Amino acid sequence: MQMTTPDGMSRRHFMRHLAASAATLPAMNFISHVQANAAELKKKQKACILMWMSGGPPTIDIWDLKPGSKNGGEFKPIDTKGDLQISEHMPKTAAVMDNLSVVRAMSTREADHGRGRYYMHTGYVPNPTVVHPAFGSVVSYELGTKRKDLEIPSFVSIGGGGTSPGFMGAAHAPFLVDNSGNIRNADMGELGPGRLEQRLNMLGVVEDNFIGSQRGESGQAHKDIYKKAVNLMTSKQMAAFKVSEEKKETLDMYTGAPAQGGAMMGAGGQFGRSLLMARRLVEAGVPFVEVDFGGWDLHANVFETLKNQRLPALDAGIAALTTDLKQRGMLDDVVLVWMGEFARTPRINQDVGRDHWAASWSTMIGGGGLKGGVAVGETDKDGVSVASGQSYQPGDIWATASHALGIPLDTVHTSKRGRPMKLANGGTAIKELIG
Amino acid sequence: MAAAGLAVVTTGAASAADTAFTTGSSDVIIQEINKQIRDAYKDNEVEPSPVADDSEWMRRVCLDINGHIPSVEDVEAFLADKDKAKRTKLIDRLLDDPAYTRNWTTVWTNLCIGQQTPRRVSRDGMQKFFREAFGKNRPWKDVVSDLVTAEGHYEQNGAVNFLLAQMQDQDDGVQMTAKTTRLFLGMQVQCTQCHNHPFNDWKQDQFWQFNSFFRQTGKVDHRKYNPKTGRMDDDYSEIIERDFAGPVYFEKRSGLMQVAYPIYFGSEVDPAGSTDRRKELARLMSAGEKPMIAMAMVNRTWSHFFGQGFTRPVDDIGPHNPATHPDLLDRLAVEFVKSGYDCKQLMRWIANCEAYNLTSRSTKKNERDNPAAGETALFTHVYVKSMTAEQLYDSLIVATNAHKSGRSGWEQSEKQRQDWLQQFVRTFGTDDGEESNSFDGTIPQALMMMNGDLVKDAVSVKSGSHLGDLLSGKGNDVQKIQRLYLTALGRMPTKSELSKSQSFLKGNRDQLAVYQDLFWALLNSNEFIFNH
Repeated sequence: MQMTTPDGMSRRHFMRHLAASAATLPAMNFISHVQANAAELKKKQKACILMWMSGGPPTIDIWDLKPGSKNGGEFKPIDTKGDLQISEHMPKTAAVMDNLSVVRAMSTREADHGRGRYYMHTGYVPNPTVVHPAFGSVVSYELGTKRKDLEIPSFVSIGGGGTSPGFMGAAHAPFLVDNSGNIRNADMGELGPGRLEQRLNMLGVVEDNFIGSQRGESGQAHKDIYKKAVNLMTSKQMAAFKVSEEKKETLDMYTGAPAQGGAMMGAGGQFGRSLLMARRLVEAGVPFVEVDFGGWDLHANVFETLKNQRLPALDAGIAALTTDLKQRGMLDDVVLVWMGEFARTPRINQDVGRDHWAASWSTMIGGGGLKGGVAVGETDKDGVSVASGQSYQPGDIWATASHALGIPLDTVHTSKRGRPMKLANGGTAIKELIG
Repeated sequence: MAAAGLAVVTTGAASAADTAFTTGSSDVIIQEINKQIRDAYKDNEVEPSPVADDSEWMRRVCLDINGHIPSVEDVEAFLADKDKAKRTKLIDRLLDDPAYTRNWTTVWTNLCIGQQTPRRVSRDGMQKFFREAFGKNRPWKDVVSDLVTAEGHYEQNGAVNFLLAQMQDQDDGVQMTAKTTRLFLGMQVQCTQCHNHPFNDWKQDQFWQFNSFFRQTGKVDHRKYNPKTGRMDDDYSEIIERDFAGPVYFEKRSGLMQVAYPIYFGSEVDPAGSTDRRKELARLMSAGEKPMIAMAMVNRTWSHFFGQGFTRPVDDIGPHNPATHPDLLDRLAVEFVKSGYDCKQLMRWIANCEAYNLTSRSTKKNERDNPAAGETALFTHVYVKSMTAEQLYDSLIVATNAHKSGRSGWEQSEKQRQDWLQQFVRTFGTDDGEESNSFDGTIPQALMMMNGDLVKDAVSVKSGSHLGDLLSGKGNDVQKIQRLYLTALGRMPTKSELSKSQSFLKGNRDQLAVYQDLFWALLNSNEFIFNH
């Protein structure tokens, strides 16, 4: 096993660290990439990774199975290391489930893709008077602006279409990348750094002239954005986007590739790769990363697709991320949230599919010091309604995440029109999950 | 240095020039605008900034009317022109330029359907409709009437796309109601969908009264069989008339159900099924001496030129939100109606008025006129605006001569334009009603300007490129530097800019690279990307 000793860290300390991880997962060598003690400190920074299941995942086949019901479908539940059962097609995740909890009593009101996407991301239903920020933009605003040494964007969205920063403004818009880690237009091609310097010197002449011309603040704002863009082009932190620096075994663990004989390098492999990039970004100090994993709009042929495509990738990805973060000592600081715009009908349709369903479904949340291995709330025996009395909204999930991230729940932001907006739409941190 | 010199000269002339400023037009409405704006200066104890020099003003008026910066040839000709009426003549020329139609088609297409085309909406259809509207300078009330009453195929009658874009959700016409009132009446009733407005007189039942005018609107999304895939593909969409009679029902906050009938500001129409409600609405919208559609259009057009309307937001006119210059807004609305809703005439009045011809630099005597800081707009100087994505693209094309080198046909160049715009606006995500005069750029946008293909091509020295021609042409270094400044910024370099550019040239063996980098710097500058 090739290993590099990180600068400034004693080899003994490092080996002890490694030994701990080797005991649980001998095949993985997750920590060979640690660069410096500074990186060690960054690990203690709070962050959130949102695993976004676009299309609307059938949570009745993943987190809240209904054996014995006509709605139960083909899959069986299995025991986990937590105090709950999940799908038999999630065995790796079952083994780390003591770190993750499932909220089984989501009852949301939006069963349209666009509206559900907006509602789950922001905590607010769409409203023609205001555009609400996705929670990632809120975290960027609350935590990102305080991280002065962070040179890369504080809200990164991998593989997805992006969400609006709303009244948080463009500075908190998600920075969109695909999971190749290539940042569009971030290099100057064949031109060397000398040319960049020359260009910036010349730019400074014109810019400062305009800034000094009594024309308001915008000239300076332009200069500030350019400074950030140049930082991005030249920053060492850009390495965080380069998943290719990881060992093959690590990537394989995230994608589940060996078990699938390479078959998972399609859509499923993308998910693992994106998660691995998310971990690298969080490690570099990025406070919010969203990872998009699509293909859940399963109106037909739901079980075949889940069993052969979606779930193996999902299972490998979640399990590897959880394990990796734990081994790096980061799991207590990084909140993991898993959700889609809604879930799918308990009833199985004539095409062996499930349609849109928002009345009773599950999201997963873990890490960040939240309690793991818990099932919060429950649905009835056929999965068609919340049976536990209390039901939950996305605002409650984001309030729980806020609690874990150290963002005070009574935070109020102000829309551009001066309207007060409560954090997470005034949601409540879920008591079963917080200390 | 230059700024101070200019200020001194013009302040000295100010007392004599108080009422004397003219672009060369003697229209009485323009004089009326000048008087009312000047009266407000006095009332508020501020003084206007000096008149903008020709370079500054020309760039601005070209961007505002035609949507792109002037070409270097046009700049040189205008600066050399000794005609005292050259400003008013330039305005007329710009209003007759095909770029006028293109620019205003872009502006109103974006307002009606957004920068990103919603599902089942034809951007081409919408553009075709506005191309005809602005190309023929159709009366604005006819344009609005066509949009509100539109029916049919989304390419055959492009007007339907406005309503189609508001029919993305099955929402009983809520979005249609909110958008129509906001865009064409300058009224924000959308809050009253759910409750009485906290600050004004709009009541919840009024929202649903407006809404009931739209309830006969239906749409059909046609699909067609694709023999290759064996699937049904999206075909065209259309708006159809749907049977609807009687009241609409809505829920008060108390939970009480209420009814609302089609009533427009107290004017009732017959709620029977035989009434064409949208036709009635269009008729009522343009009735009277000073209808809301005239107020809304005047306010929005003023805001387009000045970066600030008479109200803020521009689409929230009403007793709860007093206009900065209420009499002027009223007067312009009345005159706009009298002109036969002539959009070009409205722009002529605005572009010829004194305030629009001032510099965008503030002075000590008016620095508190700062709407960006929440102050009431007094129009003592022109406020800085961000270029739109389209203005930026089209200006880059002009600055780099790409339109003349004929590297691709119209269709291909339009496709390149749309691709670039999509990339640029993808992460924009602003509330479409927000006015912003600060740079709202994102890092990807800055990267796109710094390293993207368009600017890369612009600074290439291939033959036929602007830079290539300039460098291989006649002239010494000073002249070449001056011409680059004129090309990108529409002005000559200042002394210090010139000497710094020269020193870059001196200190470098690769002269070509210095010119390329200078042009790059000019195109990437704040001065380039702002309309000021």
